[in-house]
Amino acid sequence: MYRYDQFDATFVRERTEQFRGQVVRRLAGELTEEEFRPLRLKNGLYLQLHAYMLRVAIPYGELNSKQMRKLAFIARRYDKGYGHFTTRQNIQYNWPRLDDVPDILKHLADVEMHAIQTSGNCIRNVTADHLAGVAADEVEDPRVWGEIIRQWSTLHPEFSYLPRKFKIALIATDQDRAALRTHDIGLKIVRNEAGEVGFAFYTGGGQGRTPIIGPLVKAFVKKEDLLSYLDATLRVYNMHGRRDNIYKARIKILVQALGPEEFGRQVEEEWLRIKDSVLKLPDAEVARIRAYFADPDYEKLPAFWPEFEAQKKNDAEFGRWVRANTDPHKIDGYAAVTISLKPVGMAPGDITADQMDVVADLADEYSFGEVRATHRQNLLLPHVRKQDLYHLWQRLKAVKLAEPNIGLISDIIACPGLDYCNLANARSIPVAQRISRRFSDPKRLAEIGELRLNISGCINACGHHHVGHIGILGVDKKGDEFYQVTLGGSSAEDISIGKILGPAFSYDDITDAIETVIDTYIGLRNDASERFIDTYRRVGIEPFKEKVYGSLKERRSAAE
Amino acid sequence: MNQMVTAQWLLGGESIYWTSAGKWSESFADGALFADQAGADAALAASQEFVKQRVVVGPYLIEVEVDSEGPKPTSARERIRAAHNATFDIDHGSWTARISDSISD
Amino acid sequence: MVVLKNGVPQPNEWVRVADDATLPEGAKVIVSLERWQAERETLRQRNAAVGVSLKSDQSPLLVKDDLDHLSLVALEFPKFTDGRAFSYARVLRDRLGYRGEIRAFGQVLRDQYLFMLRCGIDTIEPPAEKRVEGYAEALKEFSVFYQPTNDHRETALRLRHGLAESVAA
Repeated sequence: MYRYDQFDATFVRERTEQFRGQVVRRLAGELTEEEFRPLRLKNGLYLQLHAYMLRVAIPYGELNSKQMRKLAFIARRYDKGYGHFTTRQNIQYNWPRLDDVPDILKHLADVEMHAIQTSGNCIRNVTADHLAGVAADEVEDPRVWGEIIRQWSTLHPEFSYLPRKFKIALIATDQDRAALRTHDIGLKIVRNEAGEVGFAFYTGGGQGRTPIIGPLVKAFVKKEDLLSYLDATLRVYNMHGRRDNIYKARIKILVQALGPEEFGRQVEEEWLRIKDSVLKLPDAEVARIRAYFADPDYEKLPAFWPEFEAQKKNDAEFGRWVRANTDPHKIDGYAAVTISLKPVGMAPGDITADQMDVVADLADEYSFGEVRATHRQNLLLPHVRKQDLYHLWQRLKAVKLAEPNIGLISDIIACPGLDYCNLANARSIPVAQRISRRFSDPKRLAEIGELRLNISGCINACGHHHVGHIGILGVDKKGDEFYQVTLGGSSAEDISIGKILGPAFSYDDITDAIETVIDTYIGLRNDASERFIDTYRRVGIEPFKEKVYGSLKERRSAAE
Repeated sequence: MNQMVTAQWLLGGESIYWTSAGKWSESFADGALFADQAGADAALAASQEFVKQRVVVGPYLIEVEVDSEGPKPTSARERIRAAHNATFDIDHGSWTARISDSISD
Repeated sequence: MVVLKNGVPQPNEWVRVADDATLPEGAKVIVSLERWQAERETLRQRNAAVGVSLKSDQSPLLVKDDLDHLSLVALEFPKFTDGRAFSYARVLRDRLGYRGEIRAFGQVLRDQYLFMLRCGIDTIEPPAEKRVEGYAEALKEFSVFYQPTNDHRETALRLRHGLAESVAA
C-alpha cells in the first residue's frame, strides 16, 4: 500500500498543527462557533447529540495492521473503547473531547493517517472498490488513482469552499461494489476501443432528498488528463452550483438543470483550455505511486485444496461462512475474507478496540498485514490462503467477528441515526438490531438469499436507503419516530432507486412490516435462485403493498 | 407548554440544561422550567453570556411536558439527549468479556 | 483601513466609490460592475486608475473585454463559505491572462488566505475585527503543496521528480 514520503509526512504534520492552532483560536475567542464550524468540519469534527464526533479518513478503504492498532489505541484512550465504520470507508469516534482532538490527530499522523476532508463542503475522502487489486477481472488497480486523487484533492486552494460536499468513488470492474453512480463523480476505469486505459466519468449522482443516478458525462478520459478533467468539472460546479438553497446545492442538481449534455459541454470547454497545462500527469508520478500497490509476495498454491473442501463439508457453519463471507481472489489458492461487523443484535459497523487489535493480528498472520474497510460497513482481509481459512474463521469466531451474513438480510447498512446524530429524525441502529434479531436463524438467512437492507435516520440518506433492495427511512412525526419503506433499490451495476411502499410505520410496527415483505417475496419468487430484487422487478410493488398493509390492519384489529 | 434552555459544553459537547440559579447542569432534572414564553426568552438571552465566554455552544429552547413522573422532553431527540447516551445497550466495555463468557459455555 | 499583501499591511491607495457618488479627482477608484458598464467610456478617459468590484454572482467573464482598462478587480466574499471567487481569480489569471491587481474583500478569513494567494489573489481587505498579524502567520502554516496553480509555489510532485526550477531545501 501507499507510504508517505517526506512531502506527505510534512504536509500531514503541518495540517495537524494548523488544526491545533484553530482549536486554540476557538478557545481564545478569536474564532466564533460560526467561523470555527466549517473549519472543524473540514477536519472531520462534528458536534453531535451527546459529544463531538471525529471522522478519520481511510483513503480508498485501505489500512495496514499498524494503523488498525492505532485506531484501537485512540478508541481506548480518547473514546469509549469502540469505533464505527461508515459507508464511506471511514471510521468515526463518537465521544472525543474538542481539546483532545489535536493530540488524536498527532497520533494518526504518526501512522500516516488524518481526518482531512472527511466532512465539510469540499472534496471528501475518495472511496474505491474494496476488492481492488484482488478481483481477477479488474482493468487496473483503482487504488493507484485513489491515491492520485487524494493528493490532488487535499486542501485544494480553489475547491475547499464548494457549494456543498463532493464525493468521488472509483471502480475498475463491471461489477460495482462501491455504489459508483450514487457519487458526485463516479470514475470507472475502462479500456477504450484502441485498448487504452482511461476513465468513464459518471457525474452528478447522489442520494439525499433528490436521489439521482449519475449519468455518463464523458465515456473516456485519458489517464494523463484525469486531473485536468476533474479540475474542469469542479470549476464549472464551483462557479455555477446553487448556493441559495442547501438542498439544491449538490452537483447533481446543476447537472439535471443544465442537462448532462450541456453540463458536459461546459466542462469540455473549460477542460480544452487546461488539459495541456501543469495538470497533465507525468508518467513518472503514476509509476512511483503504482509501485506501492505492487502485489504482495503471493505463494504459488494449488487452486484446489482438498482439506479445505473437506472442512467446508464437515463443518456446516464454516461452510456457510465461506459461502457468504469470502470472495474469489485473482491468485490461485487465495480468497478475500469479509469480516462481518454485523453480529446479530449489535450496531452495524461498530467494532471494539479489542476486536480491532485482533483484526490487526490476523491481518499480520494471514493477509500480508492488510485490512480494508468496505462501503457496506464491514472489514476485509484481502489475501488469505485457503488453507488458512478454517483457523482464521475460528479466531474470528472467538471475538464475535464471524457472522456468516455478508450480502444477506442482516448485513444491514445503518447510519448512526438519532442515537448519535444531530441531523437524524429517527433511530436507525435499534431498528437494525431488531431486524437482525428477527432474522437471526442462519438457515432462514440462507433461504432468503441475497438481500440488501439499508436504513437511514433522515433524508440525508447516509444509510443509503434509496439504493437498498429494501430501504428504511426514519421520519419525524411531531417528535415521534416513523419509518418509510422503499423497495427495489440497488447500488450495484444494476443500479435503481427504490419506490415508496406506502404510509410510514411506527417504531414498533417496522420489523413486522419488513417480515411481511420477506414472506411475500418467498411466496412470490419463482424458485430459490430468484433474488428478492429480481422478484420485485418482475412483480412490482403492488403485491407487497397489499400484503404489508393488509397484515398491519389485521394485527391492529386483533390487538383491539 | 413548558420550556427549558439547553446547550452543549464547548469542550466536551455534553448536553446541558439551564438551571434556576442561572448556571448549567448536565442533569435534565436540574433544568429550570418556564411556563411562559417571556420567561423562556429571558433565560435564553441570559444564557448567551456563556456563549460569549466560550463555555457553551448553541443554546436553544426545548418543549417539556410534565406528568406524574416529572418533566420530560416532548421529542424523541431531546429525550435521547437528556439521557446522555444511545438508547440501545452499547456495553462496549464488557462486550469482549461477554463474548468470551459465551464461548466458554 | 489597511490591505494585506503577502501578509504585510499596506496603506490602501484605492477609494471605493458608491454608484451615485462623484468620482474623487485624481484618486484610484473602485466602482461596481453596474457603474463600470454604465459609464465605461467616461471612466476609461480618467487620468487615474480604475478598478471594478464584482459580487460573488458576477463572473469576471462579464469584464473580459475591459481588462486592459482595469488596474484592479476586486472579488467579493459575501460569506466566507461562498467560494466562487476562488474560481473567479483563477479564471482571471489563467484563462483571461489578467496581470493587474486582484483583491479580495468581504468576509475574508485568515484560514482562507493562503488559498487566495494560491488562486492568484494579490491583496485582501481583512475584516476590521480580525487580528491582522494572524494573516501573516497563516502563510507560514504550510510548506508542501499538492496542486499546481500559477502562483509559483512548487508542488510536491515536481519536487519529487526533480522538475522544480529552483529546488527548495
